[in-house]
Amino acid sequence: MENKKTFRREPLTDTQLLMIIAICIFVAMYLGAMLFLGGGFLRAQQVFDMLNDNAPLIIVSCGLTIVMIGGGIDISVGAVTSLVVMSCALFLNNGGNIYLSMLLALGIGLAFGLVQGYLISYLEIQPFIVTLAGMFFARGMTTILSVNPQKVNTEGTENLVELLTSKDPAQKISFIQFLRDMNFKTLLEGKIKIDWLGYTAPNGNRIPVRMEWGVVIALLCVIVIFLLLQYHKLGRGFYAIGGNQTSALMLGINVKRTRFLSYVICGLLSGIAGYVFLMHTGAGNATNAAGMEMNAIAASIIGGTLLSGGVGNVAGTLVGVLTLTTIKKIVVTSGLKDPWWQSITTGGMLCFFIILQSIVLSVRAKLRAKQKKG
Amino acid sequence: MKDKLKNIFKGGLGQLTIPIIAILLLIIFNLIRDPSFFRITVELNNDGNKVLAGNLISIINAASELAILAMGMTLVTAASGGQDISVGAMAAIAGSAFVKVLKSGGSINGLLVIVAFLVAVLVAMLFGAFNGTLVSVFKIQPMIATLILFTCGRSIAYWINGGATPTVDSGIVKAIGGFIPGCPIPTPVIIVIAMAVIFTLVFHFTSLELFTQSVGINGSAARLNGINATWIKLLSFIILGACVAVAGTIGVSRLGLINHETLLLDVEMDTILAVAIGGNSLGGGKFKMAGSILGAYVIHILTVTLYAMKVPSTDVKAYKAIVIIILVVIGSPVIKKWFAKTVARIKNNKSKVPVKGAQ
Repeated sequence: MENKKTFRREPLTDTQLLMIIAICIFVAMYLGAMLFLGGGFLRAQQVFDMLNDNAPLIIVSCGLTIVMIGGGIDISVGAVTSLVVMSCALFLNNGGNIYLSMLLALGIGLAFGLVQGYLISYLEIQPFIVTLAGMFFARGMTTILSVNPQKVNTEGTENLVELLTSKDPAQKISFIQFLRDMNFKTLLEGKIKIDWLGYTAPNGNRIPVRMEWGVVIALLCVIVIFLLLQYHKLGRGFYAIGGNQTSALMLGINVKRTRFLSYVICGLLSGIAGYVFLMHTGAGNATNAAGMEMNAIAASIIGGTLLSGGVGNVAGTLVGVLTLTTIKKIVVTSGLKDPWWQSITTGGMLCFFIILQSIVLSVRAKLRAKQKKG
Repeated sequence: MKDKLKNIFKGGLGQLTIPIIAILLLIIFNLIRDPSFFRITVELNNDGNKVLAGNLISIINAASELAILAMGMTLVTAASGGQDISVGAMAAIAGSAFVKVLKSGGSINGLLVIVAFLVAVLVAMLFGAFNGTLVSVFKIQPMIATLILFTCGRSIAYWINGGATPTVDSGIVKAIGGFIPGCPIPTPVIIVIAMAVIFTLVFHFTSLELFTQSVGINGSAARLNGINATWIKLLSFIILGACVAVAGTIGVSRLGLINHETLLLDVEMDTILAVAIGGNSLGGGKFKMAGSILGAYVIHILTVTLYAMKVPSTDVKAYKAIVIIILVVIGSPVIKKWFAKTVARIKNNKSKVPVKGAQ
C-alpha cells in the first residue's frame, strides 16, 4: 500500500520529452527560415521537396530507430539500400516483372535482416561487427553486379496514373486494368498533385504541389511503426530489452527473439527504402545512398533516440530527417556556397543536439534522485 | 616443459587464438596458391638504396597506419566501451595541419618537419580531447559523440588548406613515408615498432593498463576505488589523437601530398574491425593491444591476397565481409560453448569405450 502512495507517474517520459524538444527546435528553425530567408521556404512545395528527396532516408531511419531502441546498431542499412537499387534496376532492365522486382527488393532486405539478426541475437556476436560486415558485403555485391550506372528503361510506356484519374470516360481505365498495365514509368513519374496547397505563378498559371508515391510509402511506414512501437506487445518489447535486458528477461520477454525481430524489421525497411530510392532516381549507381547509414543515425539522434537503448520514437525520427534537410537547405539558400559549410553546420547542429540531450537527461536524473530522497 | 606446451595449446593463447589462426590460415592458403608469394628480395629503389621488396614487406608496410590506429582504438574501446568513428577525418585534419606548417616556411629542413609533426600531434590531441570531453564529461556514447567529427572533420581539413591539395617535395618527408637512405626496412614499419615499444614501456612502468581495464569493466566501481574514471576516458581519447596524428603523417608522407577527401578513407571501420578480430570486446574492459595489431595485419594480408587473386579493388569488400563473418562466428561465445561441449562429449565417450570393451 505504501509503495502505491509514493509511486507517482511522471507527466512526460524521457522519450516524449526528447521528441518534444526536437519538434520545437525544428518548428523554430523552419519559422526562422520563413521569416529571414523567405523565398522558397514560404511555399508548401519546399516541405514536399524535402520529403520527396528524403523518403528513402525516412524509411531507413525508422528501421534504425527500432534497432537503436532495442539497444543495438545497424550500419549496413545504407549499403543494403544501394544493393537493392542496383539489383532492381538490373532486374527491370533485363525484362523483369514490376511486381517481382518489388518482391526482390523485399527479399534482399529481409535476407540481410534475417542473417544479421540471427548472428547478433542467437550467436551473440557484437552488432557493430556483424552489420559492418553486412555493409562491406552489400557494397561489394553492388559493384560486382555493375560498376556502371544502370538507368531503368522506361521507353514507350504511358503514365497510367493520369489515365486512372482522368475525367474523360473514353480514356479512363479501371483499377484492375491499371494494376495489369502497371509499369516502372508509372512509379517513376506518377505524382500526387494537391491543388489547394499550390501557388499561382506570376503568369497566372496555378502550380499544384507535387508529391511522389515514395512519400506515401514512407509516411505509411512511419505510421505503422509508430503504432507498433506504441501499442503492440512486440513494440513495447523493443523498449524493454533496450532499457534493461535482465529485467525484460525476468518479465518473461523472449529477449533473443525480440532482438532478432528488430533486425529483421530493419532489414525489411532497408529493402523498401531501396525500392523507393529507385522510384525517385530511376537509376542504379554504385555510389547510391553513400553515407546514408550515418545520416540515418544522425536523424534518429536528433529525433531523440538514444544509442544506449530504451528511449526513442519514430515520429521524432521523421522530425530528425526534416531538421537535417532544413539545415542543409538553409545553408544553401543563405548564400554559403562553399562546399564545406553544409557538413560543418550539420556537425555543429548535431553537437548542439547531443549536448542538449545529455544535459536534459542528466538534470532529470538528478531531479528524480532528489524526489526519491524528499 | 611439456605441461607448459600443453597449456599453450589448451588455450593459453587466449584471445590471440583467432588472429593467429587467421594469419596462419591465410599464409598457408597463399603458399599453396603460389609458393613464391612470400619471397623477399633485395632491390635497388629509385634513390639507389638497397631495400627489401616482396609481398610480405608490402603487406607489413601498408598495414602500418592501421596498426597504429588500432593501438589507440584499443585503449578507447577498453576505457569507454565504444568506438571512435572519426579517426579517418581526424587523420585528414592532422595531415592538413602537417602540410600547412611545412608549406609556411621557405625551405623544408629537419627542424621544420619536427615542428610540423608536433603541431599535427597537438591539433589531433585537441580534437581527441573534444571527443573525450563529450564522452567522459557529458556521458555521451562514443559512437554518437564522434559522429560529429565524422560528419564535419574532412570539411575542416578542406578549410585548413583552403580547398587545395598541396604537394610536399622534400627528401625528409619522402623518407618518413618510404625508406631512410641506407636502411632496407620501410620507415613506417620502424615507426610501428617504435610505437609498440612505447606502449609496452608505458604499460610496464605505469598503471595505465590496469586503470583502463577497471574503468572499462565497471566505471563506478573504479571511481569508488579512487580511480578518476573521467580522466582515464579522456586520456584514452587524447592518446588516440596522438596515434591518429602519427598515422596521418605517415599517410601524407607516403604520397607527398594531402588529399583531405581520400587520406585514410574508410579507415575507421577497418580499425574497429582490427580491434574486434584481435579478440577484444567492443563493450570495453579487458584488452590486449597485441591482438589489435595482429588484427590489423590480418586485414591487410587478406586484402593483398585478394588483390593477388586479381579481384577488382571495388569488389574486395564483399569477400572481406565473408571472411570477417567466418572469423567472428568461430569466435562467438555460443559456438565456443557448443564446441567445448562437443569436445567434452567425445572425450567422455572415449573413456567409456574401453570400459565397455573390457566387460
